[in-house]
Amino acid sequence: MAVMKKKGNKELPAISTASLPDVIFMILFFFMVSTTMREQEVLVRYKLPNASEIQKLEKKSLVSYINIGVPVTHMQAKYGTAPRIQLNDSFKTAKDIGDFIAAEREQLNEADRAQMTTSIKADIYTKMGIITDVKQELRRANALKISYAALEAQVEK
Amino acid sequence: MAGNKRKTPDINASSQADIAFLLLVFFLVATTMNTDKGLVRVLPPIPPEDVKVEDQKVNERNLLLVFVNASGQLMVGDESMDIRGLKDKAKEFIVNPLDDENLPEKKETEIEMPDGSKWTYNVSEGVVSLQTTRDTSYEIYIQVQNELTRAFNEVRNEVSQSKFGKSFADLSEDEKSVITKAVPLKISEAEPRKGAIKK
Repeated sequence: MAVMKKKGNKELPAISTASLPDVIFMILFFFMVSTTMREQEVLVRYKLPNASEIQKLEKKSLVSYINIGVPVTHMQAKYGTAPRIQLNDSFKTAKDIGDFIAAEREQLNEADRAQMTTSIKADIYTKMGIITDVKQELRRANALKISYAALEAQVEK
Repeated sequence: MAGNKRKTPDINASSQADIAFLLLVFFLVATTMNTDKGLVRVLPPIPPEDVKVEDQKVNERNLLLVFVNASGQLMVGDESMDIRGLKDKAKEFIVNPLDDENLPEKKETEIEMPDGSKWTYNVSEGVVSLQTTRDTSYEIYIQVQNELTRAFNEVRNEVSQSKFGKSFADLSEDEKSVITKAVPLKISEAEPRKGAIKK
């Protein structure tokens, strides 16, 4: 047949991958901009409550975290299943909060110290007793700006 | 110069994609996506010990007591209430539209506007007092806090609409602080009660 003239020269040209690095860089920049560095290992399991009137925390560097919840499974043998308070990378009691806040405050600029916020990330099944102890310790440590961490929820009508 | 005429060989860029992938994977592993959001509150400072705490007598009409018991039931003022009714009750308490004698009194306050003028507004004296027991669950506590915040936010929105013609979220920082002064977020979080409420 007439069409079969160019026999053997029918290979498809290879797809150019020259733009692949650009695409990957684009994804890379997206992740660099939209994410933040993981700061600590979370040792407790918590399910945050839902709330609709939440505000975003302004400056990450001014926020210190207090995690409250049941220890994760591999820590339960040592620490039990009762809700515990996690400060930095270990379990602490409410009495240690004063030291923790003092240490966190030390790391900040003097100008920023008044802006320091403490974010309380507590599990929904925690009892208020433990939260109140934490709040009292925060008051004693004069860390008065707090934020109850919550997930965004729509208002049900 | 003769040496310059020589063509430099192209640098092989085929591994650039691998390098980019490597960086990408690093950022995927080392970072988190979730932004921190939450209900922002300011705790009252602990009064100094050498100063005698004067019993701050808040006029009874200026206080809305919200009590949550261990099983998550709500008492607002003198009546038990469902959480769905709390927002409207709190709103009525903050605004006091009919100048009811049992609802908070208002204090005429001059607020400085961003453009330098003064604006006189009747700022409510009301304080919402939120009390819990030690056994109340955190979930219901946050729900109640959220409803109360919602009430305050709606009032702020209404004031902002009538004053600036915009909703509170669209205001500039200066205008926001004006509204915040007109409708301060007054939620007092007292220490938990041991047992039942006494009258």
